[in-house]
Amino acid sequence: MPTTYQFFNIENLSISFGGLMAVDKVGFVVEQGSIFSIIGPNGAGKTTIFNCISGLYRPDSGKINFSGEDIIGLKPHTIARLGIARTFQNIELFSRMTTMENLMLGRHIHMKTGIWSGATFYRRGSRAAQDEIKHREHVEEIIDLLDLQAARNQFVGGLPYGTQKLIELGRALALEPKLLLLDEPSAGMNSEEKQDLIFWIKDIQDELGVTILLIEHDMKLIMDISDRILAINFGKPIMEGTPAEVQKHPEVLKAYLGED
Amino acid sequence: MDMKRDYYEDIQLLDSRILWFWFIMLVASLAIFPFLAPNYYIYMANYMAIHVIVTVGLNILVGYTGQISLGHAGFFAIGAYGTVLSMTALHLPFPIALLAGAFIAAFFGFILGLPALRLEGPYLAIATLGFGMAITQVIGRWQVFGGRMGIEAPDLSIGSYILESDRQLYFLIVTVAFLLTLAARNLMKTRVGRAFIAIRDSDIAAETMGVNLTFYKTLAFAVSAFYAGIAGGLMAFLLGFINPSSFNFILSIYFLAFVIVGGLGSIFGSIMGGVFMTWLMLTLDKVQELPYLGSILITFSERWMNLTGLPNIASIIFGLIVVLLVVFEPLGLYGFWIRTKIYWKTWPF
Ligand SMILES: Nc1ncnc2c1ncn2[C@@H]1O[C@H](COP(=O)(O)OP(=O)(O)OP(=O)(O)O)[C@@H](O)[C@H]1O
Ligand SMILES: [Mg+2]
Repeated sequence: MPTTYQFFNIENLSISFGGLMAVDKVGFVVEQGSIFSIIGPNGAGKTTIFNCISGLYRPDSGKINFSGEDIIGLKPHTIARLGIARTFQNIELFSRMTTMENLMLGRHIHMKTGIWSGATFYRRGSRAAQDEIKHREHVEEIIDLLDLQAARNQFVGGLPYGTQKLIELGRALALEPKLLLLDEPSAGMNSEEKQDLIFWIKDIQDELGVTILLIEHDMKLIMDISDRILAINFGKPIMEGTPAEVQKHPEVLKAYLGED
Repeated sequence: MDMKRDYYEDIQLLDSRILWFWFIMLVASLAIFPFLAPNYYIYMANYMAIHVIVTVGLNILVGYTGQISLGHAGFFAIGAYGTVLSMTALHLPFPIALLAGAFIAAFFGFILGLPALRLEGPYLAIATLGFGMAITQVIGRWQVFGGRMGIEAPDLSIGSYILESDRQLYFLIVTVAFLLTLAARNLMKTRVGRAFIAIRDSDIAAETMGVNLTFYKTLAFAVSAFYAGIAGGLMAFLLGFINPSSFNFILSIYFLAFVIVGGLGSIFGSIMGGVFMTWLMLTLDKVQELPYLGSILITFSERWMNLTGLPNIASIIFGLIVVLLVVFEPLGLYGFWIRTKIYWKTWPF
């Protein structure tokens, strides 16, 4: 029986918290290189799906396949090493680090410095110093790409919300993910910042070839950049399709776009 | 801005001539000090250097990784006994014995790090406290460790060079403290230290970015215990004699106070914390020698407190200073330093 190779797919994913089905038999396929969005009202279970993918929650049942491997049960750091990076709805930055250092943590899995070489470097040519220099150069490119130079050496804790969101995006990019999970990246941004964000997300898709899973409440943004959209409510899938199809679906209109 | 950046500057210790100047001045004064200072102050400097080692190590765990330990006197004891017994029972030369003691402490640190994967805050505090107390109990009851009577430190020699006086010890202890402080500073600037700090600031972000929490949390405990172990090994020779009561759990609390007073998450703060608090400790120990005030304090203490007398006053003053410092400068001595620096930069405007 020939199995078709799939980049990323979820089958029958379910998880409940104390009787509440937060995610109820959700499944979808994400094409490599595409932007796949998940929409749904507050509490629909979107973030919970992300938490299952990144290994923070263990689902009750279902499968999550990434590059032909079921990743359920793997530790979050192992999943990161496979090439899945994410941002968080409620910012999870390292607040007492600078922007540069936050992004450098994104290079963690690519760097080699261990405890001995890290503790004993003493000149430019030392192994740890070379490692730092090389990866700082890489991170600098991301800082330039996302226009974060002004925040480069600042502690991120005190920066504006929109900037922090971007730094999270930058940190995730620093990991060089194959699959990038963005949980409401535009929340708290003004329309100008959102415009830039759309531009960057498309850039990340086109130039870097990263596949993107996106959760968003901003319908214009969603319709603009998604290749496919999954709508869920109360943990259950309502419908999946192209932006044009989803926009027309009566239940989506009712559940989600009703107010407009 | 298309000027190419020098990334080495980001992690370099001394990136300007001025800093080089101060660094060389510091090394020179540390080298000259024991030839000018009276013996008591050399002894005090040794004490300070040992406490700096513990404080730096404990800060890696508490200030940088965001864990807690109320059991560091236990690692300190393991280092002390491990070093001494490696020399007397196994006849290892001192440098090897010191490392052996520290690695045994690090191993216990790793073991104690395992519950830290599940415990947080107050629960971890109690678990580590229990560990520290258990260690002194075990040592006190076991004859190999000299029991309650304790054991004497053997003669100390490095190669054919014998260290006897406090001045000779000074060069050993201060050099070790100096190197370990630099090592900690370097470590915190590079990949492993960044992983520690990341765990402190957001452990879920750290793990989803590929940081193995199990590995790095236990590593932080092991490294921290290693520092305490080295410090303990040196302390055995400074005191010349060790027994379980040199390592009781109050000492663990003192260590934590050193870290907090110095400034959480600052290596420089740890140096200040270790130096200042040791000075305070040793000075308060001899508070009765102060003219006039000394005898007043003795009378007061005997009249109004229990029979232990003067240590009452010493503890009260010590505690008061710690409380005032923490209340008025949560960043500790490091916070004072930063403010002073800013003040002098803008002076006289
Ligand atoms: N760790 C948890 N423990 C208990 N309940 C949880 C947990 N995580 C999520 N839930 C519940 O699961 C449901 C789905 O939450 P989730 O955060 O996935 O929603 P969401 O679609 O991301 O909503 P929003 O748009 O507000 O971010 C909610 O009812 C939430 O309270
Ligand atoms: Mg959510």
